[in-house]
Amino acid sequence: MITLGHYLVVSGMLFSLGLAGVIARRNIIIVYMCLEMMLSAANLALVGFSRFHLVNGLPDYTAQSLVFFTITVAAAEVAVGLAIIVALFRSKQSVDVESVTKLQG
Amino acid sequence: MPPLLFYLFALITLGFGFLVVTGRNPVTCALALAASFVGLAALFLSLDAYFIGVIQILVYAGAVMVLFLFIIMLLDIKTEEGKKINVPAIVSGVLLAVLLTLQIIAVVGSTELANKTSQNTPLALAEAAGKIGKAALPTITNDLKAGTLPDAKLIGFTLFDQYGFHLQVIGLLLLVGTIGVVVLSKRERSAP
Repeated sequence: MITLGHYLVVSGMLFSLGLAGVIARRNIIIVYMCLEMMLSAANLALVGFSRFHLVNGLPDYTAQSLVFFTITVAAAEVAVGLAIIVALFRSKQSVDVESVTKLQG
Repeated sequence: MPPLLFYLFALITLGFGFLVVTGRNPVTCALALAASFVGLAALFLSLDAYFIGVIQILVYAGAVMVLFLFIIMLLDIKTEEGKKINVPAIVSGVLLAVLLTLQIIAVVGSTELANKTSQNTPLALAEAAGKIGKAALPTITNDLKAGTLPDAKLIGFTLFDQYGFHLQVIGLLLLVGTIGVVVLSKRERSAP
């Protein structure tokens, strides 16, 4: 039987995959994709909790509203982040994280 | 949802997610991410969150992935070749990920909350129609009495009933984001 625990473990594994990607990869665009994966993993946990916390016999729609806001913010964040990546590419001709070390003292 | 389908979609989500992290070619990574999001949307549907599942496909697998692919092709990023592998970063990344996963499994395994299934916490649609009664719109109560879950209507009702101000803030955020993108991408004129 599929329990809330199954969904939480899948969510945690997806988040860990994203975290590993953010730390290990050096291509900024792929780091960005992994960030999106981590956001989605958090959404999965939220929707799971929403389904199994019944309010008046219905799922808790407060959590799903929060997921709605998260998805909106993530979409805005992707637009701004990719614009920053394009600007970075213009000045460095590279999308490697190691090409941006100016703040590294 | 039958357990088999849950495992199938969890495998699609995690398998393609793994491909995103390990793939060498950015285009492969972007397409794998889209597939991973489709699997995730199926998991949302299995949790009776139909509206969230649909906007997951529309916004993430649709709009966001098109944006990613557009930028990858605009910048013409080549596959990382011949670069030496950054061993400390990979080792620490994998180690952290494994530790975090084990920690989450331990926490989930030790709590009673995680044993809830859709059998022992079923949706009570007919009862809900009576309970929320006058507070909700007639269209919602009618759907509930007919035995269907008016998912999008209930989310819309929650958003506009309780979070109207937050919704406007999000609208403003999108506007500011759009202006920010235009400012960032505008090529600066060379000094006269």
